Amino acid sequence: MIEVEGLTKYYGEQAAIRDLTFRIAAGEVVGFLGLNGAGKTTTLKILANVLLASSGSVRIDGVDVARAPHALKRRIGYLPERPPLYDEMTVGGYLRYVAELHGVPRERARRAVEAVEERTDLADSDRKLLGALSHGFRQRVGVAQALVHDPAVLLLDEPGKGLDPVQIVEMRALLKSLRSSHTVLVSSHILPEIAQTCDRLLVLKDGELVAQGTEHELEQRVGGSRLVVVRVKGPLAGAEAAVRAVSGVQAVTVVSADGGEVELRVEAPASLRPTIARAVVSAGLDLLKLDEGQDRLESLFLRLTRGADA
Amino acid sequence: MSFGRNVRLVAGREFQAMVGTMGGWVILAAALALDGLLFNLSALGGIRRSAEVLQRFFEVSSGVTMGAAVFVSMRLLAEERQAETLPLLYASPLQDVEIVLGKFLAALGFLAGLTLLTVYMPLLILVHGKVSLGHLAAGYLGLLLLGSACLAMGAFASALARTQIIAGIVGGTLIVVLLLTWQLSRISEPPFAPLFAALALWNLHFGPFQSGVIHLRDVAYYLLVTWVFLFAATRVVEARRWR
Repeated sequence: MIEVEGLTKYYGEQAAIRDLTFRIAAGEVVGFLGLNGAGKTTTLKILANVLLASSGSVRIDGVDVARAPHALKRRIGYLPERPPLYDEMTVGGYLRYVAELHGVPRERARRAVEAVEERTDLADSDRKLLGALSHGFRQRVGVAQALVHDPAVLLLDEPGKGLDPVQIVEMRALLKSLRSSHTVLVSSHILPEIAQTCDRLLVLKDGELVAQGTEHELEQRVGGSRLVVVRVKGPLAGAEAAVRAVSGVQAVTVVSADGGEVELRVEAPASLRPTIARAVVSAGLDLLKLDEGQDRLESLFLRLTRGADA
Repeated sequence: MSFGRNVRLVAGREFQAMVGTMGGWVILAAALALDGLLFNLSALGGIRRSAEVLQRFFEVSSGVTMGAAVFVSMRLLAEERQAETLPLLYASPLQDVEIVLGKFLAALGFLAGLTLLTVYMPLLILVHGKVSLGHLAAGYLGLLLLGSACLAMGAFASALARTQIIAGIVGGTLIVVLLLTWQLSRISEPPFAPLFAALALWNLHFGPFQSGVIHLRDVAYYLLVTWVFLFAATRVVEARRWR
């Protein structure tokens, strides 16, 4: 569906992205991951034809975007990092305008707007002024404008940026609902946010694609998780000693030690979890919790984008 | 999708933004108040023939039109850049010329509306004196063409600038430079003197309209200035896709 080959963009002498090559199949939801300044926004802008590449090609369904930009733009929905909203317009008026800009005939635009408002939970806000909306609603309208002409390809730049937890869950559900009906490329610098919704991840570092694959494949590639959280009932010294004694454990940090319960953050491969469990129980301690911890994804992300020492 | 439909879409939204926000009404009110005041001060004093009063009216109105054009046009593209809404237009199946032309036509429509609202002043002359409708039509055509040229310069400045204020300053400066070429022609020797005179935005080309005379040369001049600056603005918008 989307084929990117040797995509490079220079800003003056500085290369924002260098020789990017990847493919996204139809109906796939792919996460585009990287630290700020890694080149995610530049890549999405080029795919959306907002920016022209210095070299390389982008093909959608085999058609080069540079050769037939206008025909392909109708098939692409794009949400920039900051939703492009005109504050003096109403939600409905704005969405109708965007639909018509993308070639939806006026008589069908109204129905298209109603459908997308229903889908993004904006039906009650149809007559509200965009300038009066909260950040979360503005972001939602941004997604709605990318969807209103029912494009085959959706490019979403940080759709979860600045959203509260409830809105993040709603955004996640929306992205999930787009699977198979749309090909989606969604960027973020927060791995857990997109890991739950994406089939595959592309990891950018300093403008280069450093890894791609499913979350599991990426974990395998960087040597599995290194973080295990252990919660036990018993004395701190005994718990720490029992865990440290396990061969393969690199470091142990005490997270908390209250009311006879101790929580430790253990740097060790995830495969060592059974051995750690046995060591704790053998030391006469009660094992209350043992998992990879909520930091697992962050740890994986940091190792992919910063290097092995992260 | 047709060229005309795209231009109409962009123009429609832009025009709505002008009349739907306070800024548009402030420009409208200020321009009409200034026009009325200057007309009262400069044209109605003393005893004059109706044709002379009408001539003074168009002279005063030309200044107000140029000033209003700067304020109307400075928002056209600079505001899109400031509000970060340009990606929407760039990601839509629009040609850059459709974006520029749509915005220009909206501004021209607004300025034309503003100019037509001044018609009560010539009508006052008509009530109290004798005015040729041809003179009236020629004068208003001149104002429209002058406004169109100034708006195109403003649109070019707006495409270049990062903010509306800078766009206003650049647009105003461009207009002043083209006005001052007349002074330059007076201190220059041939062959530059006639060249500078021909380039001057107001003296040589607006004078005949003011007197009720339409020269094809003057119409062509204003249309050419409009085309050159709209073409330049389109090139700037295109170039932005590289940055």
